[in-house]
Amino acid sequence: MLDTRQIRSDFPLFAQPENRDLVYLDSAATAQRPRQVLSAMEQFYERDNANPHRGAYRLAERATAAYEAARSRVAGFIGAGRSEEIIFTRNATEAINIVARAWADRHVNAGDEIMVTELEHHSNLVPWQMAAQRRGARLRFLEFDASGRLDPGRMDTLLNERTRLLAITQTSNALGTIVPLKDFIDKAHAAGALVLVDGAQSVPHMTVDVQALDADFLAFSGHKMLGPLGIGVLYGKMAHLQAMDPFLFGGDMISSVDYLHSDWNEVPWKFEAGTQNVAGAVGLAAAIDYLERLGMAAIAAHTHHLTQLALERLGEIAGITLYGPRTERGPALSFNLASIHPHDLATFLDQKQIAIRSGHHCAQVVMRKLRVPATARASFYLYNDEQDVERLAGGLLQAKDYFKKWL
Amino acid sequence: MALDQLYQEVLLDHYKQPRNKGELADADVRLELKNPFCGDEILLTLKMAEGRIAAAAFSGHGCVISQASASVMTEKIKGLRVEEVEEIAGKFARMVKEGRYEPPGGEELDEFAAFSGICEFPTRVKCAMLAWRTLLQGLQTHAHDHPADHD
Repeated sequence: MLDTRQIRSDFPLFAQPENRDLVYLDSAATAQRPRQVLSAMEQFYERDNANPHRGAYRLAERATAAYEAARSRVAGFIGAGRSEEIIFTRNATEAINIVARAWADRHVNAGDEIMVTELEHHSNLVPWQMAAQRRGARLRFLEFDASGRLDPGRMDTLLNERTRLLAITQTSNALGTIVPLKDFIDKAHAAGALVLVDGAQSVPHMTVDVQALDADFLAFSGHKMLGPLGIGVLYGKMAHLQAMDPFLFGGDMISSVDYLHSDWNEVPWKFEAGTQNVAGAVGLAAAIDYLERLGMAAIAAHTHHLTQLALERLGEIAGITLYGPRTERGPALSFNLASIHPHDLATFLDQKQIAIRSGHHCAQVVMRKLRVPATARASFYLYNDEQDVERLAGGLLQAKDYFKKWL
Repeated sequence: MALDQLYQEVLLDHYKQPRNKGELADADVRLELKNPFCGDEILLTLKMAEGRIAAAAFSGHGCVISQASASVMTEKIKGLRVEEVEEIAGKFARMVKEGRYEPPGGEELDEFAAFSGICEFPTRVKCAMLAWRTLLQGLQTHAHDHPADHD
């Protein structure tokens, strides 16, 4: 177990009087930030702020250096071969949209197929729906089973010579399922398809090595891994990024501009039009420092323990339905309690200072398949402890009592 | 406790025994709206006669607040002219958003007031407004398609 008392003291939000008693169980939506991240950003603004890649003065050089150092920090964190394979975006959603536009519009044609899974967050589904519409391609769905797992064997019937890409999550935000990606990636590659991995829920919680996985693209957000809001990452293999047109056009993404024609800058800068969120990149690098200092394996073990404890404690409550697999799962746990609507449950728990998510979690396909309109979801991270799990279980029992006349 | 201000007995009654639950055959207005925040949905059907709401029914699923709100609404608007409905909807919206309670007129004043606690729970305002938004949008579409019925 991590020393959560020590860790929580790094997070100013938990020290605020109004948050003293807060049990924050919505890190799958966005995590909190340690002061190490906040001060790295503040220091950048106070000491090194200028527009990177533009000024011929030392201050601008420092800004450029800070930005590019963040890029190589991210590359190292996910095992990318070169830091030029890291494109900074606003978030995972924007990263996926870049591929669904810039890659798909050049490499997907009428009659081709794009494979997605039923587990996907809307951000890894809707861009592909739109790409398929634009390109006249067909969307194929890899189904999940009763426990929320994907079976690579089912790919065999779906894969064919028209399959151009598999878009797949590494950890489901709605069911918690951890997908054994390597099997899926190898099968897709054998059929000649590329693979985009949505790492929004996995990168914050476990070691992800893009080269070991042989992923073609990986998208994730900084704000779910202790980084600031508004910074995300698209990793892509250099050859793929080179074979893509830019997604946004403007400053810094060009090599030369004439009256009627422009040439593009090198990868990754051709994908980073306009002044970028440099402080965000600096904050993300500081977040990675923080995570690696604790160790990704230790973080994964910590949240795994809390998730298993939650499965046990919540499982003891009569009338509860727990969704998703029991093992090989991430720390996002969806459930419903009797016929209490998740929103009513969330409002009740909020009165007990317990913050959970309620709704469809931007995964309406998952909800349709489960035949529920919504679920409640608790998710754990490195600052949560066993007492948080007990508070949740206790709060649910009280909720059941409070709403019993409503059922 | 603040929670009891939200979950009042009146709501309980409407939630457990929703009025006008179902779907009207040959409805003049038929509209389905979803709350994108939570996936809740409501199907509202109305029968119109001489610019008045002759009958109203709702179906769908949702939380206590959205279901009770729809139930109270379908009772409240029956027999009212479209302008009256719009006025009441405005009062209801101001009440759940700002906590300002203006009696809508007529009887059953307490049923309306039972929703006044929602302003303390900003995330739940959308739940209370879902049925009313559906109603207003449905009436607008109907007025656009049948201008003669609305003079």
